[in-house]
This record gives sequence, structure tokens and C-alpha cells, in this order.
Amino acid sequence: MVKKRVIPCLDVAGGRVVKGVNFVDLREMGEPIELATRYSELGADELVFLDITATLEGRGPILELIERAAAELTIPFTVGGGVTGLDDALSLLRAGADKVAVNRAAFDDPSILTALADEFGSQAVVCAIDARAGEVVTHAGKTPRGRDAVDWAREAVERGAGELLVTSIDADGTREGYDLPLTRAVADAVGVPVIASGGAGNARHLAEAFEVGAEAAIVASIVHERPERLRELKAELKEAGWNVRIPRS
Amino acid sequence: MKVVLADYGAGNLRSVTSAFERAGARPSIALDAESVRDADLAVIAGVGHVESAARGLAANGLDDAVRDRATAGRPVLGICVGMQLLFGASDEGGTGLELLAGPVRRIQAARVPHMGWNTLALTRDSALLGGLGGEDVYFAHSFAVEPDDPGVVAAVADHEGRIVAAVDAGPVAGVQFHPERSAWAGARLLYNVLAWSRSV
Repeated sequence: MVKKRVIPCLDVAGGRVVKGVNFVDLREMGEPIELATRYSELGADELVFLDITATLEGRGPILELIERAAAELTIPFTVGGGVTGLDDALSLLRAGADKVAVNRAAFDDPSILTALADEFGSQAVVCAIDARAGEVVTHAGKTPRGRDAVDWAREAVERGAGELLVTSIDADGTREGYDLPLTRAVADAVGVPVIASGGAGNARHLAEAFEVGAEAAIVASIVHERPERLRELKAELKEAGWNVRIPRS
Repeated sequence: MKVVLADYGAGNLRSVTSAFERAGARPSIALDAESVRDADLAVIAGVGHVESAARGLAANGLDDAVRDRATAGRPVLGICVGMQLLFGASDEGGTGLELLAGPVRRIQAARVPHMGWNTLALTRDSALLGGLGGEDVYFAHSFAVEPDDPGVVAAVADHEGRIVAAVDAGPVAGVQFHPERSAWAGARLLYNVLAWSRSV
């Protein structure tokens, strides 16, 4: 059986990993590849790099980071954040990202998902969906789009997405657990893996996300605070009977 | 020892190149048939579809170069879509090089792609897979090979049914998972591959 995945998400600005998602008071957390390698050693199953300043600075720094990550990491990584369209997404995959996560650009033009899947295969195409109270929102949660998230999830898969990264804006940052009704509704509606995102506070929360059908769960602040927490989370999940990978040390 | 990655325009080969470097090889990326024909080990990696990959290989005569190698008993390793390319017709469209007999079928499971870490179960002795029984490796695919000859299967994984994870047939071998993205186990596989290709 394929194992449930725990995926740290790293925010990147100007090619550096930063802490905090608001654009003020960004603190550097360290050299991105070093940090990524550390998470990899601690049991990360994959990584997500989210380019939070993509639209402000252009793609130079993140492309450079992808090239290094492709060469140096030994686990898969997804790149997303501010993907503006097909060419932008293709440039991230061509630089060596294993997967690209497309959010607003796919919502505005779902044919992008098809075009990406045609060239790289659907396993490389992640559709990122942010939702508040079950409604799709874009622009970092600022713009409600008047469409049911489950309905959009279904279409995104039909169009070519091979995986869905579903973030609850309501739960994000609370550390009180993932949005389980949302995660369950999306997982029930589609036949591709669903990654739950937003709200992780402890191992129990990850287990709940797996219980409602998520194949993977994003962790951010709880592991950035103390990377060793990642190893503990996986050990706790294993102890609780979950089929997770404990890497060789 | 000369290791060549066949470049047929399908995606980025940097991660595979680097993984071979970590295993102790100095791989080069080749666009031309002569390099692919003459190398000590030829690797077909990449992503996408069998159909576009087969077309990409044929465009530079790399398909014949790989066939010539196999006929002459010189080692060929296919990775992911590269393994599917060793086989015949794909449900996804297109036909591979038919070095090994059998179709490439869409995976039947509740969730496809088969995505993530899964455990290798060895089905027979294979120099390629030494030390890898019970190890977790990373898969990301929606289609899988179904060899006519079960004897070529060297390892399987379970995803609501049996997925062929590795084939070992004389000079022709393939892995469905991504050694370049499989941490320790992937490194071990590539180390084994280099030893195997010296001995074939």
C-alpha cells in the first residue's frame, strides 16, 4: 500500500526560505537547500516550495533554486505560488521541479491543466485550491470566486490535474486541525490523491486528515519552529498504526 | 565507464544526472544515436507519455540505437516512462520499443496516479535489487507495464493490486519508481545498476 505522506511547505522569497506568510517582517530561516535536506533527513516524504513573491520579483531566483533542488534533493518537490499561466508553469517544470502547483491561473483558465498534463503527465500537475466556507477563493484568500470548491476540484481533475492541494483559509494558521469536512468532500469527489493543507498542530490532526481520505498532509509552522518535530510526528503516526515511511537514519 | 542519458526532449534530466553522479558515475546527456549506441550503459528517463517519448526517441534515431544495444547485449535501463518505453502498446496512446513483450495499462485503483512511497517486494533474485527488498521507493505514474513473460518481473508494489516495479531481462532493465527521488533506496538502486551494467 502506498504510504501516507507528510509534506513540509517552505515559503520562498527571492530564492530564500522565509518565515511568515505576510509580506511584512519576513525573517530568513536559512539556506533553502540546507533546510530542505534537513527536512528530508527528518522524514519529509516530499517538499513544497511556495514562491510568495513571484509576482513582485519575477521568476529568476526560484528557477535558480529549482535547478539546485533538482540536483541536490533526493526526495520529490513541488513548486507553486503565483503561477501566472501555462508558460510560467512550464518554466518551473523545465527547470527540474517534479510537480508544479497551479492555483488562480488554473481557475481562470482550466485548459492550462490539460496542456501541462499533455507535456509532463498528470502526475506532475497539482491543482491548488484555497477555500473559505467551501467556496473557492484566490489571491491569497482575498478574492471569493463564487464557486463551490468541490465542484471546482472535480473539474480540475477532469481537466488533467493529477493531485489536489486543498487549503482551508479558515483553518490555516490556527493549529487546531485541518478542515475535515472540506477535505472529506473533495477526497470523496475525486479519484486522484488529495493533500490536506492548513491547520496542522499535532499528529492527531494529520491522522484525522488521513481518516477522511487525504493521501498526504502539509505541515508548515509546527515544523519550521522546530524541525525535529517532523521526525516525532512521523514516529507518532507510525505508533498509532498509520502506514507512514520512517526513513533510514 | 560511460553512462549516457538519452535526451529525447522529455523534461529535465538534471535530477537523474545528479543521482548517477552521487552513485559514482559521470553521466552525459546525449542527443545523438552514436553516443547512445556506444555507451557502456544507456538510460532512458523522462516524464510524459509513451507516445511523445517514442516520437522523441525516433526523431534522432535513438530508438534504433537502443534496439541495437539490446540486440548486442549491451545494458539499457528505463526509468518510469522510460521503463514503459521498453514495452509495447500503451493505453495512453503510442507504442514503445517492444524490447520486452506486453502492454502498458492504465492503473485500476480508487486513486490514480499511484503517487508516493511504496514498498518493494522482490519476486526473484536480481542483481539490480540487492538490498532493496522491503524498502520504500517513490512512485508517480498512472500507467504500468504488464509483461507477457512474468519471468522478467523482479519487483512489485501493491496499489490495490500488483504494480510491476522493476523488470530485469538480460541487458534490458527498468524501474517504474524514481530512484533519483527515492532517498537511500534510490541511491542503492543506482549503485546496483552501475555494478550490473559492468557485469552484463
